[in-house]
Amino acid sequence: MLSRIAESLFWIGRYIERSDGTARILDVHLQLLLEDPWIEENLACRSLLQLMGSPVPDEGELTRKDVLATLAMDRTHPASIAYSITSARENARRAREIVPTELWECLNTTSARMPRKVASEKTHDYFAWVRERAALAVGIVEAGASRDDAWHFFTLGRSLEQADMTARLLATRSLTEASGPSWTTILRSCGAYESYLRTYRGVPSARNAAEYLLMDRLFPRSIVFSVSRAEQCLRDLEPRTDRAGVTGQAQRVLGQIRSQLEYRPIMDILNDLPLQMMRVQDATSTASEAIGNRYFPKGNVPTWTGEAS
Amino acid sequence: MVDLFTGYGATTKSRKRTGSASAWDEMFPDPSSLTPTETRAAYKDVYGALARMTQEELRGRTAALASSYLAQGVTFDFAGEERPFPLDAVPRVIEQPEWVTVEAGIKQRVLALEAFLADIYGPQAAVHDGVIPASLISSSNHFHRQAAGIVSANNVRIQVSGIDLIRDEKGAWRVLEDNVRVPSGVSYVISNRRVMAQTLPELFVSMRVRPVGDYPNKLLQALRASAPAGVDDPNVVVLTPGVFNSAYFEHTLLARLMGVELVEGRDLFCSGGRVWMRTTAGPTRVDVIYRRVDDEFLDPLQFRADSQLGSPGMLMAARLGNVTIANAVGNGVADDKLVYTYLPDLIRYYLGEDAIIPNVDTWRLEDPLALEEVLDRLDELVVKPVDGSGGKGLVVGPAASKAELATLRKQLLRDPRGWIAQPVVQLSTIPTLVEDGMRPRHADLRPFAVNDGTDVWVLPGGLTRVALPEGELVVNSSQGGGSKDTWVIGLEPDFYHESSARNIQGLVADQAANTQATAAGTHPVDHSPQDKPLGNSDQQEQQQQQQQQQGRQPVSAGAPAASKSSAQEDREC
Repeated sequence: MLSRIAESLFWIGRYIERSDGTARILDVHLQLLLEDPWIEENLACRSLLQLMGSPVPDEGELTRKDVLATLAMDRTHPASIAYSITSARENARRAREIVPTELWECLNTTSARMPRKVASEKTHDYFAWVRERAALAVGIVEAGASRDDAWHFFTLGRSLEQADMTARLLATRSLTEASGPSWTTILRSCGAYESYLRTYRGVPSARNAAEYLLMDRLFPRSIVFSVSRAEQCLRDLEPRTDRAGVTGQAQRVLGQIRSQLEYRPIMDILNDLPLQMMRVQDATSTASEAIGNRYFPKGNVPTWTGEAS
Repeated sequence: MVDLFTGYGATTKSRKRTGSASAWDEMFPDPSSLTPTETRAAYKDVYGALARMTQEELRGRTAALASSYLAQGVTFDFAGEERPFPLDAVPRVIEQPEWVTVEAGIKQRVLALEAFLADIYGPQAAVHDGVIPASLISSSNHFHRQAAGIVSANNVRIQVSGIDLIRDEKGAWRVLEDNVRVPSGVSYVISNRRVMAQTLPELFVSMRVRPVGDYPNKLLQALRASAPAGVDDPNVVVLTPGVFNSAYFEHTLLARLMGVELVEGRDLFCSGGRVWMRTTAGPTRVDVIYRRVDDEFLDPLQFRADSQLGSPGMLMAARLGNVTIANAVGNGVADDKLVYTYLPDLIRYYLGEDAIIPNVDTWRLEDPLALEEVLDRLDELVVKPVDGSGGKGLVVGPAASKAELATLRKQLLRDPRGWIAQPVVQLSTIPTLVEDGMRPRHADLRPFAVNDGTDVWVLPGGLTRVALPEGELVVNSSQGGGSKDTWVIGLEPDFYHESSARNIQGLVADQAANTQATAAGTHPVDHSPQDKPLGNSDQQEQQQQQQQQQGRQPVSAGAPAASKSSAQEDREC
């Protein structure tokens, strides 16, 4: 398939997943600011902005309104939900001939209906809407697309983004108090709370919750699950018969980070969570770049310059 | 600003003329003025936030609360139709210093009730010492001989209790009744808080409302603590009568938030003196059953033989100490309203303390003199059956018809053991949004307490039930009652004392961690080369973009900014 099309599919996957992940993180954290009286709003908002990869203003008190305006509504802010939704739609438009019509209509409608303002009592509804639209888009692909290269690129993008989002979420650990409730929050953010409770049958402890989100082999938003799925996509895209090693840079980076997480004692990771999660984010970025170099070569776009003399 | 509370005092005024003492209003010290503005300290912030809203706005929010409950399935059955559980937008506020007293009173009462049950199903010392008559115990409908000798490993019988409190005309707290069988309503406390925070966020601003989400954890810990001795990792289940039970929502919520299995009677079977559940992996042993099924239906071998809600042999397993049934079988004797009248004596007898929260004055009708007085004044008293809960069978004298009073008189004479009488207490009122606008309505409070054997933990808040018809004193959801979110505001006292070192250090450590994270740098999100934010992209890419744009739309040959905006218009049309 055309590199350009493949690239679009890869990014559609990433942007859909990003809008979903961002909505989940914001929903739970903004709600927590209301429910938990012991959180310092300004500090929590700053950390939240920073974790989502957004520049933090040096001065002034930040409130949940500011976070909402920046990370949810601002169409020009690269880390915002609005930006992801628009970009997913733009990518689908570029690959319109390959993207299934149902998916295109779904992304197009989402982008068209994206509100410009949300009243503070409606934020939860808005985030629920974003999650629903993302689920719809993913569902359309999962239910109807043949498992060809197009699907593999889409899933590859989704998986990388999921790993990235979960890593950011885990890094929010330092947002709030040192004890239990915030693990509950983090688990709730990625819809893992109830399945976690069923798996561990008990109160969230730092060790168990981190283990679940980092390396559970069955929970689809855990980092190890997402990274493994990305690796599988890469293998399926290019089945190799070599007897040793891997050749692709992306596979190498992903394999390394997965092994690091899987084989490192969990307490080691916990003691150094922000840095470890930064490494996961670096790895997904590097892998993303490597995939770009390998499959979507830019080359020098030929432009007419007139006759050289 | 005037709009919302206009006409608030109108009904209070008209009732004053009838002579009875008027109710304590929780928000306004002087509720009889038509549009009160001066509030009690606890409600200052809530009033401020509400007063900024118009009535239409608040009604809109109330509708949003209801539709959110419909979507979540927080409903109850009303004449075959699913109605959202009624939640009023105005919260009830209790300040921490006051809450400390309530909390202490509940703890004391639970401990006394535990001691009483252990005594009644054991040595019966209180009977021998003449504190409580033997006939009272043996004549109670809920005293089960089958329960004698069944004790959980940590000696707890009341893992969960819901003791109903009211405030009388002077604003003093009083205990209305004890519920130590299967008190329900805690799920509404949890879901009320969540939906309030989602729909009325501005009320929470600047208030330090103590969270209630910890309840399932505390309950699970208490249930695990009561597991049979020698079981390391107890298997806890919630036993529900089934989907047709009115509290089924609560059963699912608790099982979900505790991460345990929700079982029905048919999922369980008893064999070899143990209880098992049928799973895809074969029989799995059950160690603790948090049952939401009444005693009579629990075990057809011991109680009602026609029950399909329990499992035959369960009580035997409990007696052998192989399974813990929580709350314990036979707790109902402590709920008996006649036992309730002895509670202040029992607290003194078992704990050597005076009751922190007093009872409502009560006549025991077995005493011929009391019976005579009550029969004389039947039209001004409240008469309740001893084994009813939640206002079942209750007769309010001043509101009853002549015929009703005549039947009641006959019933009392026939069975004086079955009834108690109390003076009419005007329950405190809280502003509630009804059809006419914001009006005072009577409310009670059910705080929930969890006993894990070492400590009794009281959920900060509880379920406030409010009677929606004007002047109605019976607050029960089965009789058209609403509910309110209950806020305990202010810092926990131990935040400053014992654990302050941990807490404050924890906060400081977190801040330190945050700045470290800042030092480690922010990881910006990746972008497709074609979707890179314009500001960041370099010259070359802008040129490419422009070229592409030109290719497609020859008209827009302008600057990159212009081509961007045209792309935007393109998308929007």
